[in-house]
Amino acid sequence: MEEQNRAQEIALSPQDFAICGEEAGGADLLARKPVTYWQDAWRRFFANKLAVCALVLLCVIALATIFAPLLSGQSPTARNLLERKQWPSARHLFGTDELGRDLFVRVWTGGRVSIAIGIGGAAIVAVVGCLYGGLAAYFGGKVDMLMMRIVEVLSSVPHLLVVIMMSVVLESSSIPTLLFAMTVTGWCPIARLVRSQMLQISRSEYVTAAKIMGVSPLKIVMRHMIPNTISVIIVAITFRIPGFIFGEAFLSYVGLGVQPPNTSWGALASAAQNSLLYQPYMMFFPALLIALTMLSFTLMGDGLRDALDPKLRR
Amino acid sequence: MTKFIVKRIFYMLAVLFCVVTITFFLVHSIPGDPISSMVEDLPLETRDLYLEKYGFDQPIFLQYIKFIKQLAAGDLGQSLRYPGRRVVDIVKNYAPVSGMIGGLSLLIGFAAGIVLGIVAALKRNQWSDRVIMVLALLGTTIPTFVVAAVLQYALTVTYPLFPTTGFGTAKHLVLPVACMCVGPLSSYARYMRSSVLDVTGQDFILTAEAKGVSQFRIVTRHLFRNSFLPCVTMICTSVAGIFSGSFIIESIFAIPGLGKYFISAINDRDYSVVLGLNIIFTGVYILSVLISDILLAMIDPRIRLTDEA
Repeated sequence: MEEQNRAQEIALSPQDFAICGEEAGGADLLARKPVTYWQDAWRRFFANKLAVCALVLLCVIALATIFAPLLSGQSPTARNLLERKQWPSARHLFGTDELGRDLFVRVWTGGRVSIAIGIGGAAIVAVVGCLYGGLAAYFGGKVDMLMMRIVEVLSSVPHLLVVIMMSVVLESSSIPTLLFAMTVTGWCPIARLVRSQMLQISRSEYVTAAKIMGVSPLKIVMRHMIPNTISVIIVAITFRIPGFIFGEAFLSYVGLGVQPPNTSWGALASAAQNSLLYQPYMMFFPALLIALTMLSFTLMGDGLRDALDPKLRR
Repeated sequence: MTKFIVKRIFYMLAVLFCVVTITFFLVHSIPGDPISSMVEDLPLETRDLYLEKYGFDQPIFLQYIKFIKQLAAGDLGQSLRYPGRRVVDIVKNYAPVSGMIGGLSLLIGFAAGIVLGIVAALKRNQWSDRVIMVLALLGTTIPTFVVAAVLQYALTVTYPLFPTTGFGTAKHLVLPVACMCVGPLSSYARYMRSSVLDVTGQDFILTAEAKGVSQFRIVTRHLFRNSFLPCVTMICTSVAGIFSGSFIIESIFAIPGLGKYFISAINDRDYSVVLGLNIIFTGVYILSVLISDILLAMIDPRIRLTDEA
């Protein structure tokens, strides 16, 4: 009785259940454009002022190393004994060294070597590390264990000692030998990183879900494994570049790196050390540029990490 | 626990043996013989006499066995450039100096870095945190020799407070130790800050706060202990950093230490000394890895349990 009364009181009709305000199917429409992972990362990176400043600074330094020696019209090796040990002036922006060579040209030409080694070293390490780590993760089992044991042994020797030994043994100090010396064990951390990342992703729920749905292995690798690993690798590599620049500077400083008449920032700083007390300007510019470049790469790495790794976002 | 330590020690010995073997063959693969690379225009007969004296005329495998036998007896060989100077004596004479400077800078860097890291974390996003973090970032990225050059110029030329180079009095120690502790100090500060921030978010801190534990007790009892753990793993990295620091800093400040000797041995092409010192450095590094492993296992039972299984 009561229920009948209530139904009559309310008197509902199908129209009462129609969606109001929106057209049918409007719920499927997206208010905003979908943002892909890379667009999102791009936006986040450019919202980080410090990282963008670092990127701009790096571009300026890189362009200067390319064009400044050409534009100044002086030779980095031309000696002028009448103009030795001059302080910075309009004629020699960074001064001259003890042989009368213009330091402005030398610093920028030296920067080519330093930056080339930084980027080249990181690139080699990335390729070798990815292949090694990827293979270890792919094969798994005993192969994986053996490969990782090798990495463990290689990384239990201090990196700089390996670099020193290799440069002593190789005897020549061309850029390829320097790169070889620095990358011969330098790829180990990247290999570990790639392996652990690969294993972690292949065990994750979304890969399992994709497998259950019958997605082909190739597509899983292309859609999930590579994109999720590549961001981590990019960040790791950016952080490695300053290490290589420092490694080259260290070797040149110690006398094992780039040999005269070629030069690099480390070699310039090393040469300036002897007369630091009397000609500090010789040390100032290469030291400043090494510090600025390493700092910029680190800041850019911080920015990239925040932009690329959603898990680490603060 | 004992089983864990014994296992780690054997593993480390195996690694050391691999390193010794590889470096031995690397050094002996240098083209040309070690005598003629140091002395030019040596008459062939004299050269052969020298080669025979040092045993370089024998097949490389016999040399290797001889080297390993000597090594097992604690003999690291002798200098080729300065006959009669044994590597063991070099280590005895020069290592204490390096050890003192390296040890002091590690200690100062460790203590100050940890304190600064905690301060930065507790004052999160305030100006003191910002200042500490900017300085720590600069400290980790600026190479040691740049720091050394700046300090040397500022404190010996502009304001002559300390001697430029040399070794002997306490004043001589200030600049090198200051330069060398910058790296470890900054990285400990950065690491400790993020570690403390991690722990601050944990439930047991909330519980302690809810129980009404004082702020001081929370920091000393709960925060410090738990955030300190990950910093132990950094011991080996900073020991490696101290080596590279000592190579440069000892050369800059003209300190008679092992690092400076190593660099001059390299420039002299004194391969037997390079080989011997390389083994010593690697040994010290591996020892520091071992110590940090054992420390971690003592503090954190999860590590030794998973490793024994």
